[in-house]
Amino acid sequence: MEFLYETKTGSLRIFTPREIDECVASEMREEADMLIDNYQIRHLIFDFSNTEFMDSSGIGMLIGRSRKMGYIGGSVEAENLSERVQKIFTLAGLPKLITVVKEEQYD
Amino acid sequence: MIREQEQEMSMRFDSYPENEQFARMVVTAFLMDLNPTVDEMADVKTAVSEAVTNAIIHGYEDCVGQVSLTCRKHGKDVMVTVSDQGKGIADVERAREPFFTTKPEAERSGMGFCFMEAFMDEVHITSAEGRGTSVEMKKHLHLPAGE
Ligand SMILES: Nc1ncnc2c1ncn2[C@@H]1O[C@H](COP(=O)(O)OP(=O)(O)OP(=O)(O)O)[C@@H](O)[C@H]1O
Ligand SMILES: [Mg+2]
Repeated sequence: MEFLYETKTGSLRIFTPREIDECVASEMREEADMLIDNYQIRHLIFDFSNTEFMDSSGIGMLIGRSRKMGYIGGSVEAENLSERVQKIFTLAGLPKLITVVKEEQYD
Repeated sequence: MIREQEQEMSMRFDSYPENEQFARMVVTAFLMDLNPTVDEMADVKTAVSEAVTNAIIHGYEDCVGQVSLTCRKHGKDVMVTVSDQGKGIADVERAREPFFTTKPEAERSGMGFCFMEAFMDEVHITSAEGRGTSVEMKKHLHLPAGE
């Protein structure tokens, strides 16, 4: 699977796919780590605009990336969460580890 | 032809992660005529995904086995059973605890059973070490037809 992403000096925005399950999460894990190392990323943004479904495999992948960014002194943000993804985030306590950007903050 | 009020479907598939999406799609299609809300459908889909992932990742951790999935609908009641003949769970009560995982090194978060419990009305786990695990989940769909 090819993931869409954008990089800009030290920052990486990953557009997460429609569904994040074990299969997708394990590929995202590898690809994100490769990009973080190759582009010396310090600021990682997960853009959930396209994501309708995520299970606990996605949670594990996000916690792992947030740890990795923590080690290298970087930060992680999540943007454009659907109501569904927001609910999953809240249940898993993810907002304690990852800054969830609310839409209002754009304007 | 007289239609039974209760309908059941059942499938078995090899424990490859690629089959998770397939399992979710089958359950979604099976429940479509009950007109669940988008949220209710997502609840069931997530619970199925959790149980199937567990069978694949934990039950058959270093082998390939068969995962069974049964789904029953009766009125607005939905019942899903996912079972494996894998390694089983040593301590079921502990496994249900939030953030408990036997695979922290594989970046598991220990949230699977919590999601099943949050999204379904009832979750029953039957397991025996070395014999396998069966997770039976129930949900009553509340809202009337439509969105
Ligand atoms: N089908 C199964 N066979 C054997 N062990 C299981 C099975 N399902 C769950 N377990 C055990 O129960 C524990 C908790 O399961 P749970 O789904 O809550 O968390 P997880 O799978 O470890 O992490 P996550 O679901 O967040 O990725 C697992 O770590 C595993 O030890
Ligand atoms: Mg799990």
